[in-house]
Amino acid sequence: MNLQSNDFELFGLPERFEQDLPRIDSRWKELQREAHPDRFAAQGAAAQRIAMQWSVRINEAYKRLKDPLKRAAYLCELRGAPIDAENNTAMPTEFLVEQMAWREALEEARTPEDVDHLEEELMQARRAVLKRIGTLLDESNDARAAAQQVRALMFVERFGQDVQARAEQLGQ
Amino acid sequence: MALLQISEPGQSPDPHQRRIAVGIDLGTTHSLVAAVRNGVAECLPDDRGRVLLPSVVRYLENGGRQIGYEALAAQSEDAENTIASVKRLMGRGLADIANREKLPYRFVDKPGMVALQTRAGEKSPVEISAEILATLRYRAEDTFNDDLYGAVITVPAYFDDAQRQATKDAAKLAGINVLRLINEPTAAAIAYGLDNASEGIYAVYDLGGGTFDISILRLTRGVFEVIATGGDSALGGDDYDRALADWLLGQAGLEAVAPGDKAAAKAAARAAKELLSAQDSVIATLTVQGPSVEVPVGRATFEELTAGLTSRTMNAARKALRDAKLAKDEIQGVVLVGGATRMPQVRRAVAEFFGREPLTNLNPDEVVALGAAVQANQLAGNDTQGDLLLLDVIPLSLGIETMGGLVERIIPRNETIPTAKAQDFTTYQDGQTAMAIHVVQGERDLVQDCRSLARFELRGIPPMAAGAARIRVTFTVDADGLLSVSAKEQGSGVEARIDVKPSYGLSDDEIARMLKESFATAEQDMRARALAEAKVEAQRMLLATRSALDADGHLLTADERAHIEALMASLRAVAENAAEAGPVDAATEALAKGTEAFAAMRMNESIQKALTGRKVEAI
Repeated sequence: MNLQSNDFELFGLPERFEQDLPRIDSRWKELQREAHPDRFAAQGAAAQRIAMQWSVRINEAYKRLKDPLKRAAYLCELRGAPIDAENNTAMPTEFLVEQMAWREALEEARTPEDVDHLEEELMQARRAVLKRIGTLLDESNDARAAAQQVRALMFVERFGQDVQARAEQLGQ
Repeated sequence: MALLQISEPGQSPDPHQRRIAVGIDLGTTHSLVAAVRNGVAECLPDDRGRVLLPSVVRYLENGGRQIGYEALAAQSEDAENTIASVKRLMGRGLADIANREKLPYRFVDKPGMVALQTRAGEKSPVEISAEILATLRYRAEDTFNDDLYGAVITVPAYFDDAQRQATKDAAKLAGINVLRLINEPTAAAIAYGLDNASEGIYAVYDLGGGTFDISILRLTRGVFEVIATGGDSALGGDDYDRALADWLLGQAGLEAVAPGDKAAAKAAARAAKELLSAQDSVIATLTVQGPSVEVPVGRATFEELTAGLTSRTMNAARKALRDAKLAKDEIQGVVLVGGATRMPQVRRAVAEFFGREPLTNLNPDEVVALGAAVQANQLAGNDTQGDLLLLDVIPLSLGIETMGGLVERIIPRNETIPTAKAQDFTTYQDGQTAMAIHVVQGERDLVQDCRSLARFELRGIPPMAAGAARIRVTFTVDADGLLSVSAKEQGSGVEARIDVKPSYGLSDDEIARMLKESFATAEQDMRARALAEAKVEAQRMLLATRSALDADGHLLTADERAHIEALMASLRAVAENAAEAGPVDAATEALAKGTEAFAAMRMNESIQKALTGRKVEAI
């Protein structure tokens, strides 16, 4: 293992989407205990510098592993299907229909209850997409299809922010 | 994991010798130094038994200076040359300083950081703070009759990069090796041992002499995260004194016009306030213009007079909770910091607001320094059993200026540090060999609403067609929350040279000049001091290398090991016979360089061990 090891190798985790979250947390803490610059405060500048590189690397991996969207995107990339969201806007068709309906619903939302309802729907959609991503990555090993779902999920997240903004607007 | 230190006879000092490491609370009104002795953190008193050092520095006629109580006493008679509350000026430009027309100082508007004109010449806030730090350093060295190994210094959670850097620079001027900067509320939480507790959310209510801070901390698996801070930088115990002083004067039918009379009335009020914390009523003695007048005052009256002040702190607490999106009952504990939290009405208000009794068993003046001392002791390697791991978060987002004065966020606030982020840039002109990057700190979208941190100029980019160069700029925030930047052209691998122009703060040249002038060095023979420091550093390096070899020497080939041993022997010889710092520093540097690869191997080994440990446990 070295600084170039991938996040899963670094954390000693199986290279898959489905993960035990408490285990990621405890691994993170264990690794930082070994590598944090504070542990080498009394051991000179060279050790400090290297500790800092490791510590930064561990934090980077932790951030990516604990967030399901980032973890999925990272797995797709490891399996040769980078997300490349800026240049690739292809979305699953069933999803396109769904998102048009959501946009309409948001525009028509007049009360906080309307928005709550939409938020609930988004949450369910999010859960469903994550489940699909899990199946595609862990069972069918279809990174390309998974990447498409990740792009869809990125859209859901962005749309979720719009919904939240609307909720705050209506709440006041 | 404890490294065994085994020394060969005559080759290293007693390996069990403790390193003198202290925690320093560099406060707005007063400062303290604390250390762990016999397993317990305690504040170190001066030769008159006082632990508080007023954060006041006075420059005298003869080039001397007074620091602490003497300076405090001279404040009204020699206001221009007696600097108090210098913490408010750290890392700040002239325009940043609120109410500067009310302050008696002669400000000098300098690029980078405001300076003060005194009879000893122009003084930067960094130099003035260094006087306070050096005083505490000597106090610690006198107490232990040994050189100080290093210190943990506390800063407010909301301090930005410039303010943190200024604090570190001040320590450097004072000849202090900074082991770590930590946030004041985090230090207070450590002092209470909250890091030993399970997970939870804690509030730290800090009412000092002149400032009020409220912080909400989240503690998860040894990670202290500051989730919200708030407060009022112009509200403190002094306001309670003033309110009571005005009332006492009114009762006595007196007026205080002269600065001396005002100070006397405030002193009488402060004495009465302190007594009222323990008793229901007191007779205050006012000595203003002539004979003393006695005015009785009850606690209820005092509380009524200051109810408005107390409720202002509660409003700030409410706002901090709202920012953190938390309800009061989600707070698992409240820590009180600052002398003004001794007032019963403050404790009562806090208890009522949070619906639980605050933690008060530690001295609220000392709690921050005590927590810093615990951390310092561990960082210095004295407490090998300690497993406190402080993973702080960055207090403010870092971004860079893009087209149209917009901010592109690079590292969002509350990200765990240390952290790094790489960003690719390209050139927009053929043959372009330089570019500038403007880094700002803050949460707003427009550059003008954020705080400018620094302008980095990248030079030495290989000339290429516009858009062909791929310059990867890496922004790194270290464990103290300080930013550094490196850049590399990806195609050619050429490292771009970076010139940093900090927007606030001091340049390396200024620091070097101040070091030369600084009292920390002037009073002793500079060369002797440099030599002594070089020898200490050499000793530190030798010890560290020895313990590394003992622990992990098996990672090295015989040749590699021989090379390191040779470098050690040569450093030992140079350090023993040196009359000047130069050769010692060079030999230390050579050993540092020569062990870099070994250090990398050890780190790998250590991480691998951590992993293996888990696998065994999983089976």
